[in-house]
Amino acid sequence: MAATTQKTFLNRLRNGDEVAHLITLMFAASILLIAGLLVLELFGSSTEARHKFGWNFFFTSKWDPVAGQFGALPFIYGTVVTSAVALMIAVPLGIGAAIFLAELAPPRISDALTFIIELLAAVPSVIYGLLAVFALVPLLRDPIQPFLKSILGFLPFFQGPSYGVGFLAAGLILALMVIPFIISISRESLLSVPNDQREAALALGATRWESTWHVVVPYARLGIIGSIFLALARALGETMAVTMVIGNTPQIAASLFATGYTIPAVIANEFTEATENLHLSALVELGLVLFLLTIIINALARLMVLATTRRGTAQS
Amino acid sequence: MMTRKHVMGAVPILWLIGWSLASNSPATVHAAGTLLINGAGATFPYPIYAKWFDAYHTAHGDIQINYQSIGSGGGIRQLLAGTVEFGASDMPMTDEQLGQAKMKILHFPTVLGAVVPTYNIPGVSQELKFTPEALAGIFLGTIRKWNDSNLTKANAGVKLPAEDIVVVHRSEGSGTTFVWTDYLSKVSPDWKSKVGAAASVSWPAGLGGKGNEGVSGLVKQTPYSLGYVELIYAIQNNMSYGVVRNSSGNFVKANLASVTKAAAAVAKTMPDDFRVSITNPPGKDAYPIASFTWLLVPSTISDSSKKSAIVGFLHWMLHDGQKMTEALSYAPLPPEVVAKEAKAISQVQ
Repeated sequence: MAATTQKTFLNRLRNGDEVAHLITLMFAASILLIAGLLVLELFGSSTEARHKFGWNFFFTSKWDPVAGQFGALPFIYGTVVTSAVALMIAVPLGIGAAIFLAELAPPRISDALTFIIELLAAVPSVIYGLLAVFALVPLLRDPIQPFLKSILGFLPFFQGPSYGVGFLAAGLILALMVIPFIISISRESLLSVPNDQREAALALGATRWESTWHVVVPYARLGIIGSIFLALARALGETMAVTMVIGNTPQIAASLFATGYTIPAVIANEFTEATENLHLSALVELGLVLFLLTIIINALARLMVLATTRRGTAQS
Repeated sequence: MMTRKHVMGAVPILWLIGWSLASNSPATVHAAGTLLINGAGATFPYPIYAKWFDAYHTAHGDIQINYQSIGSGGGIRQLLAGTVEFGASDMPMTDEQLGQAKMKILHFPTVLGAVVPTYNIPGVSQELKFTPEALAGIFLGTIRKWNDSNLTKANAGVKLPAEDIVVVHRSEGSGTTFVWTDYLSKVSPDWKSKVGAAASVSWPAGLGGKGNEGVSGLVKQTPYSLGYVELIYAIQNNMSYGVVRNSSGNFVKANLASVTKAAAAVAKTMPDDFRVSITNPPGKDAYPIASFTWLLVPSTISDSSKKSAIVGFLHWMLHDGQKMTEALSYAPLPPEVVAKEAKAISQVQ
């Protein structure tokens, strides 16, 4: 009758540590469970469209609810283009601002500006949409787009009639919406770089800027890249602001002045009035496509980060 | 560790919670006497329905009708799924949808709506006249400039510029689009074969704005643009809109009277189930782009108290309810339709 050192499960539960372990495990598992249920639901509700169109769904451009013909290509194109334009503008501005706020600005100014910038992240997207419709679109239609056309009109990106609404307007308002994310997270990463890194660089004779750009920023690279992906995730999924300024035309056009359509915008617009089951399941399939698009982009991003970290840098 | 003290302490707290939930909550008092009826559907008639249901509740305190404006498609789906007791739609249900229902569904027209063309041409402040061919051509993209002969012929005194027409349509599915495309399908065989009529279509040309606000916003801001909006929206926002030629050859301006006349013109030939389109009707004063909006009620309602409540509401709607429509800029049903509908209500068993 040796005393058992192996406690039973219920006995171990008496111990607070075990309870905490179990509860936090359940929380983590519940997130995975909800995500899994989401994918299952998307898959299930899109069955009719998947069976009817198959892989052609990704390569067809026609979206005709009356004839029952649905193709995802214009929406994928629009989603990718608007997010790309948004990131091309937001990333340099955001990282530059973060570097200024973390490294070069006096602490009081840095704190005040950061506070205001983080408030911008809390503004609802419909407000950004209204701002875009009333302020940005008229500006684009009259002074800005004709100006771009006159200077860069030889490029296919800046040709065609200028309505004000279009890919450029959507890209710009998305850039405005994601910059606060990039700035606040990148600034945190930069601030968390240990001071001895900076001091070591300065001690080796680097200038202030050289130490920032060549030592501190690479050290904080993971956090900065993480902020870019958070920004990308928001840009891909943004609905209201985009649908108010993109012109809602399912077409593929090279010009940034042209109108287009994105996946979240078409789902928001057509979901409530979609009476036929095929129409509804095509919209759900678009949702599934967006989900997969996000996964693919994130996976590529992780691979890229993995590839660059393996090149023998000392950071974790 | 939970000791006996902890357990004993929890009991009175639990009892207090249970007591307050069970006896004093307003929900319980409410549920005891009130009959709750749920409906869902179209957004276009939501303001008048909200007013009606509220007025009906004031008149009959024991009946509460709850309406969610989730869209015509949503209303039809929820009715077919049995989640709501009645639905509402800006478009009549198709034969296919009626076939999916477990029981027969009756359509009851409630009010009339209309769609008007609105435009923005710098330098032109007069009211423009649009022929059916002009509207179809513009929306098909075959008529591209404002000074096209189709437009100049009808607008003799107006100097129309040689600019491209920027077409604006609704981006989301809506009853307004259904009425507009239904009209275009009737007046243009080209439109009917290429595009068709539905709440969401594949537009050959133009930009999409979200909601009546989106379309009117785009039209106001974009020079040389043309779009379509609900008549009520145009009236309430003091927008200028064009007149459209009807099937008798007269250019009729949309207002409550001409819209009601459109329904009156069709009343004699209307099918008994009220599933009719009243676009491009006969009648010299009728506005050509008008439509009913319907309440969708199952023909058999098992709960007899709910049935009598719904039947009572329908009768009230046809008489007292119609008097409230003009204040909200909805066109009332013409007397011919009211009479026909009053008889049809007896089909609800």
